[in-house]
Amino acid sequence: MHAIEFCDVSKKFHGSAQNAVDHVSFAAEEGEFITILGSSGCGKTTLLKLVNRLYEPDAGSILLFGEDIADADVTNLRRRIGYVIQQIGLFPHMTVAANIAVVPELLHWEKERISARTDELLTLVGLPPEEYRSRYPGQLSGGQQQRIGLARALAADPKLMLLDEPFGAVDPITRAKLQEELLQIHGGLGKTFLFVTHDIEEAFRLGNRVIIMNAGKILQFDTPEQIIKHPADEFVVSMMRSVQEKERFWRELL
Amino acid sequence: MITYVVKYYDKLLGALGEHLVLVGLTLVFSLILAAALTVLCVYVKRVEAALVGVCSMIYSIPSIALFAMLIPLSGLGKTTAVIVLTLYNQYLLLRNFLTGLHEVDRGITEAAAGMGMTTGQTLLRVQLPLAREAILSGIRLAAVSTVGIATIAASINAGGLGSILFDGLRTMNMNKILWGSILSAGLALLLDRALIAAGRRASR
Repeated sequence: MHAIEFCDVSKKFHGSAQNAVDHVSFAAEEGEFITILGSSGCGKTTLLKLVNRLYEPDAGSILLFGEDIADADVTNLRRRIGYVIQQIGLFPHMTVAANIAVVPELLHWEKERISARTDELLTLVGLPPEEYRSRYPGQLSGGQQQRIGLARALAADPKLMLLDEPFGAVDPITRAKLQEELLQIHGGLGKTFLFVTHDIEEAFRLGNRVIIMNAGKILQFDTPEQIIKHPADEFVVSMMRSVQEKERFWRELL
Repeated sequence: MITYVVKYYDKLLGALGEHLVLVGLTLVFSLILAAALTVLCVYVKRVEAALVGVCSMIYSIPSIALFAMLIPLSGLGKTTAVIVLTLYNQYLLLRNFLTGLHEVDRGITEAAAGMGMTTGQTLLRVQLPLAREAILSGIRLAAVSTVGIATIAASINAGGLGSILFDGLRTMNMNKILWGSILSAGLALLLDRALIAAGRRASR
């Protein structure tokens, strides 16, 4: 059984001639870290939002651990999936602890369990609980906010995590650190991660397999090594070339 | 001017009391109706534009005309006054409420939905607390405008400070005109201040 499986899924938006997601099929196994790489407008965010049903597909089906998500209750489904977005979306009127507690509270956990879980997660993302628990998001840096966003998504221990360019808005140094930490967190938890990014280095660094998308279609889905060795088509080749050019630029500069 | 107050303070106080009742009842009904309409708009997004349009149309009718239009339905007096004033407030309240809700960052509402909050939970736990300022300013606007328009309700026998004003105008009694104006303006200002203070207290 796959952790997640797309079976010939298509999604078209009103007033658009093309499918935003066009006959996409793929499967990921439990514990995988899948990155979805593509430029803006390629359908990668749409693909992610199909998983927690913020969008509904026009055709095809999506299976989560063998269960068709179309048959699931939509709010229950979402509470079982962690969701992190670029804008972070922390609730500014709630403390850090209250933000992390949102889904556990929706699931009616007991107070002690929620509070223990909150501390555990704050520790996991490297923010000492006694210092950060009762702060408000506005009092945190961008990187710290995104750590809280991650902790909040992990709160109810979901088996699947959806991450939509979570590090898109943080500075390069914090970003590299967050990437490192995310890899450690993923390694320790055995969860399946779907991570959307337009940054090719981020995609290849984080993903054990990478999905490359363009115009709503999957061009290639493979390990970073295989993609580099055997790029599927001209588009992937040109992507690789852009990285090499960037590298050359730096070499010449140094 | 002062001798007038000393002589007729019971009449002035009576009119002020009537005015307060008129304004108070109107605000209670207005808020209930506006809250219901706002929730309707949140659940059935299609009705929003039409509803705001209708409310803005009503708001643009001169108040004297609207009072007159309702007399055949609900007669002269307080009932008609409260109905008209409540209708007027819908535009101010609904528009401010909805603007407040829409101004909540999309990333925040989408995160709420994506985490598994229902529409109602998103509204109660996320949108309403974040739209507090806009909601409160809508209520303040409605309160101040109700105090003003309610004076006109005296023309359909609803009483209140308007009756002092109209009496004064008819008999060219400067004392009545002045005291009617001062009391209604003072009431509007006081109500506004009180609502600001209440809002501050609630945010603490």
